[in-house]
Amino acid sequence: MGIMFYLIAAITLAGALAAMTLKHLVHAALAVTVAFAGLALFFLNLDAQFAGFAQILVYIGAVAILVVFAILLTRGSELPKDGVFSRTWFVGLPVAAGIFAVLGWAVIASSKALPSDAPTPAVNVHDIGVALVGRYVLPLEILALLLTAATIGAVMVALHEKERAK
Amino acid sequence: MIDQTTSLTPQAASTAVGILWLIPAVPIVASGVIALLKQPRRKLSATLAIGALSFSLLLAIFAFVHVVSNWAAGAATRETVNFTWFQFGNSAVDLGWILDPLSAIMAVMVCFVGLLIFIYSTGYMAHDENFTRFFCFLSLFAGAMLGVVIANSILLLFMCWELVGLTSYLLIGFWYQKPSAAAAAKKAFITTRVGDIFFLLGIVWLFAQTGTLLFYNHGSGSMEGLALGGLLTQHAALGLTAASAIALLIFAGAAGKSGQLPLHVWLPDAMEGPTPVSALIHAATMVAAGVYLIARVYPLLSAGMPLTASGDAAGTTTALIVVTWIGAATAVFAALVAVAQNDIKRILAYSTISQLGYMMAGLGLGGVAVGMFHLITHAFFKALLFLGAGSVIHGCHEEQDIRRMGGLKTQMRATFLTYAVGMLALCGFPLVFSGFWSKDAILEAAHNSAYIKGPYYLLIFGAVLTAFYMTRQVSYVFFGKWRGHGHPHESPRVMTVPLAILALFAVALGAIGTPAWPWFRAFLEGHAASIDIHTLFEADFAKLLATSTVIVFLGLGLGWLLYGNKSPKPEEPDALEKTAPAIWAALRDRLYVDELYSVTVIAFYYRWASVADWLDRRVWGGIVAAVAWVFKMSAQFNRLLDMHGVDGTFDKACEELSTGGGIVSRVQNGRAQTYLRILAFAVIALAAILIWSVKP
Amino acid sequence: MSSPLTGYLVVAALLFSIGLAGALVRRNAIMVLIGIELMLNAANLNFIAFWRYSPHPEALTGMMFAIFSIAVAAAEAAVGLGLVIAIHRHTGTTDLDKMNRMRG
Repeated sequence: MGIMFYLIAAITLAGALAAMTLKHLVHAALAVTVAFAGLALFFLNLDAQFAGFAQILVYIGAVAILVVFAILLTRGSELPKDGVFSRTWFVGLPVAAGIFAVLGWAVIASSKALPSDAPTPAVNVHDIGVALVGRYVLPLEILALLLTAATIGAVMVALHEKERAK
Repeated sequence: MIDQTTSLTPQAASTAVGILWLIPAVPIVASGVIALLKQPRRKLSATLAIGALSFSLLLAIFAFVHVVSNWAAGAATRETVNFTWFQFGNSAVDLGWILDPLSAIMAVMVCFVGLLIFIYSTGYMAHDENFTRFFCFLSLFAGAMLGVVIANSILLLFMCWELVGLTSYLLIGFWYQKPSAAAAAKKAFITTRVGDIFFLLGIVWLFAQTGTLLFYNHGSGSMEGLALGGLLTQHAALGLTAASAIALLIFAGAAGKSGQLPLHVWLPDAMEGPTPVSALIHAATMVAAGVYLIARVYPLLSAGMPLTASGDAAGTTTALIVVTWIGAATAVFAALVAVAQNDIKRILAYSTISQLGYMMAGLGLGGVAVGMFHLITHAFFKALLFLGAGSVIHGCHEEQDIRRMGGLKTQMRATFLTYAVGMLALCGFPLVFSGFWSKDAILEAAHNSAYIKGPYYLLIFGAVLTAFYMTRQVSYVFFGKWRGHGHPHESPRVMTVPLAILALFAVALGAIGTPAWPWFRAFLEGHAASIDIHTLFEADFAKLLATSTVIVFLGLGLGWLLYGNKSPKPEEPDALEKTAPAIWAALRDRLYVDELYSVTVIAFYYRWASVADWLDRRVWGGIVAAVAWVFKMSAQFNRLLDMHGVDGTFDKACEELSTGGGIVSRVQNGRAQTYLRILAFAVIALAAILIWSVKP
Repeated sequence: MSSPLTGYLVVAALLFSIGLAGALVRRNAIMVLIGIELMLNAANLNFIAFWRYSPHPEALTGMMFAIFSIAVAAAEAAVGLGLVIAIHRHTGTTDLDKMNRMRG
């Protein structure tokens, strides 16, 4: 557990916290981008280069932008008058805390069973590609279908509104 | 000369006794049919009643002939038909009827006199609008009276006795719109009821002691030797034997029906009924029922009488002594009151009471034959007198006060002649009239009685009074000048023919009771009778004849002296009143017996009635009201309980449930974040459960 | 911490909780979606960490799972944000407290 781990962990967690607590929506979006970046670094640290770069490309490059667009389109740049947190935030917080407690307890309790060390996996992109169209071709095709459906769906949702607005 | 309780051998039932029950049944059925007729149908109802009674008369004559033929052959008749009505426990309630000389002769007399009166009534009641109802009741009465006559079971006798009382009530109060008639009917019923209570006690006691209700039942009847012997050994209070006590209780019933002192008060008032009713019921038959009853239970009254070796009486019983004295007292009392009455029917009513007293005295002193002979002769001449009075009333346009009549001997010849016959018979005019022979028999028995002395003198005095008041009546009504209004007229033949027939019998019946040929006594006692003219010339008889003649002529003479051809105006006081006004007033006011009753018995009852009323209204009514109040209160309480308790809880529960539902439904607030929270919480819970269940 | 894996797992758990907290607590619909993205990312981290320390990493199971998850998450984000925009057009607000049309 080198220093790198703690550093990356700090960045990620700070970014996530900031995202969840900042008032200004655009600041929150940027903070979550930082969190995504931290996660990408985590992946790289874990010798999952492909996943890391995929993370950067998709999350930071697409999802974050999308969020910003959405904020813009819904006039989220204005500060809401009632506050950013729900009226009944005291109900949600303990629930989340409870989830963390359960998860944390599960991890600590099973820490003895976890392997202490493992050699670096000798995996390259070629192997990933072969796996994708070999063993995992079915999920790949279904994913393609899903993406198509999502695209069409998003367009339809936007279209409907346009027609009604007319 | 007193008959004994002979034990007659029972005989197989003959046809006569087998059909005997028809004699009362047919008139009762006729009465029922008349009652059911839709509209008043005069001819039909009269025909039914007269027809039914004629049929009964034929049957009675048939039965009588049967008994006479038996008697002529030397056999005594006592045929019974008995049957059990119902049983309870070990005892049985029996009914039955009897055919013996007593019942046969009574049946013939009742049917015959009744029939004549029925025919008379068709004329008398011709103008009355309730003609049909009259004949319905008359027929019912005839049937009931005949039931009393033929009954062998004391219970059957009592049932018919009560029915007779009921019909008497209905007939006395026939013109019920008149308050006096309604009151008289009520008085008759209640007074006889007092007697009947004692009668019923006697019946119950007799049944309890002897175990049977039948008079004669092949040796086990209550009037037969075995039962009587048992009764004599029992002792009741006041030193009486059970036999005497029961006999006295039964006599109390007879006293009520036959108008003996002190239960005589209803008879004069009963004159409110129509005259045929007075004739039939209150002269000839119903009042005679009491005498007949005593004759029927004579074995009970005479039980324990010591007998000489030859079978004659050697003493007398307490019951007979009581009967004799009450009879004699009644005879004199009623004769005294009759002297001062002014209503034609009331005089005859008191005369009836007096003669009934004679009959009772005759029974007590001389036995069944003596009393019954006077009953039979009295039935004829008293019916004659009443019907004659009815004819007079009818002819004088419903006038009943004798002071407003007079001189009718020329205006109403037929009525006068028949009435005179009846009057002389009643007075006991020597030798020719039946009344002489029957009254003479009683006087002879009284004179010869070694054991009861006083009644003889009372009866003599009564005979004088009888002649006196009858002369007074006849003088007022038939002699002198006409003092009424309008013109009197003779009655139609349908009324005078029965009078003539009755007059004939009033004379002829004497023949069967003379000492020369004592047929009546012989017939009743079941031994042969010989015609022996020489008895008429014996010394005893001559003495008696002399005494009777003196009495009768004394009375007739006094009466004629005071009243005879004179014609006093109605407003003038009576001749006797002028001489002794105080006595006259007392007699005219009937010796204050009614007033005495009103002050004592009736006042007592009024007091009790008001107590009972108070009790009923305040106490029982109060209790009922209190119970009702309690129920009402509890109902109110229940209502409140129901409204607030049950409904309240139930409704509240439903409300709470509804509210609760409302509260719980707030979870579904439509907000996605809420649902998410619940999801996450559920996950925690599930994880916790799983972990804890897996943990070793 | 005897295994480096534990650290990664704890971080992932923490990340997940923060994401969940945000999704449960924030008012704005877009913030909720961001929270959901964070949760998905935490899951990805878990997968990769387990793949790295698995006995047969050449099977590439964990890696594949993570890659596919990223792809699906992107599609889901697109559709979700499109919906939020549509709702905004319809009701003029993105405040989740005000959206109770699903109320039963």
